[in-house]
Amino acid sequence: MDTFTPISALAGGVLIGAAASLLLWLNGRIAGISSIAGGLVTGRRGDIPWRLAFLAALVVGAALYYGLFGNTPVARPHFPGWLLAVGGLLVGFGTSLSGGCTSGHGVCGLARLSARSLVATLVFLVTGIATTFIVRHVFGVY
Amino acid sequence: MTKYLGIVVAGMLFGVGLAVSEMTHASKVLGFLDVAGNWDPSLMFVLGGAVGVAIVAFRFILKRSAPLLEDRFDLPTVKSIDAPLLVGAGIFGVGWGISGYCPGPGVALLAAPDWETWVFIPALLLGAWLQKASTASDDDGVAMLPQPESDQG
Repeated sequence: MDTFTPISALAGGVLIGAAASLLLWLNGRIAGISSIAGGLVTGRRGDIPWRLAFLAALVVGAALYYGLFGNTPVARPHFPGWLLAVGGLLVGFGTSLSGGCTSGHGVCGLARLSARSLVATLVFLVTGIATTFIVRHVFGVY
Repeated sequence: MTKYLGIVVAGMLFGVGLAVSEMTHASKVLGFLDVAGNWDPSLMFVLGGAVGVAIVAFRFILKRSAPLLEDRFDLPTVKSIDAPLLVGAGIFGVGWGISGYCPGPGVALLAAPDWETWVFIPALLLGAWLQKASTASDDDGVAMLPQPESDQG
């Protein structure tokens, strides 16, 4: 557990919760990133500007933090590119089919006491844990 | 357009939260999902902090008749626990467990892009597009026209 960072995890989580609350309070929208990003490729034309604005602001927020404090993500040197592409495809397909991801179902859905989102969250946690076990401990890919 | 004030402030705060909590670090996320390895429970604190704040705030916000900057709340109306929900969430979890990225952190990678960014984000958008295209062709017999990847943001 030498990598456990409860303080920054909790602080980041509080900020994410505050961001989701602000978006609901000010704009009446659910901060589900898969739905916001997915709508870019499939949504109505008039919806595109606010989706892009939100995602661009999200990137700027993260960039500001990295600019001030560092700790940028580092690419994994030995992780196969094709496997990452498969992962990305499945994340895009699955979140689109189930109508949400960690933020939409996990944060906002649980906060709205949605049974649907609770079930989705439990399912993706279970398949995520099982998959990581197979990738790391059966195939030895890190 | 005052509505963009809310969208931009919320978006930035969301991005800062992802960076602070290190959810943009795939190995951090996989450290949580890897319960058989050197388990890192941090992600539980991220989810707990986010849900804790939102569950209280949403109660008050949803008592209002409308949001502050727009005409109405735009909330999900689907309530059913059906096959698409279960299968979709299952598939998402597999992709998450492989890659270590869910959509939010995936997008936030653009703040400090490396090769993983340029593989993950196009794959994510393509996956979402494929799902929507398959649904569209099922529903009305008309497949959506393919669009070049570069047009998809």
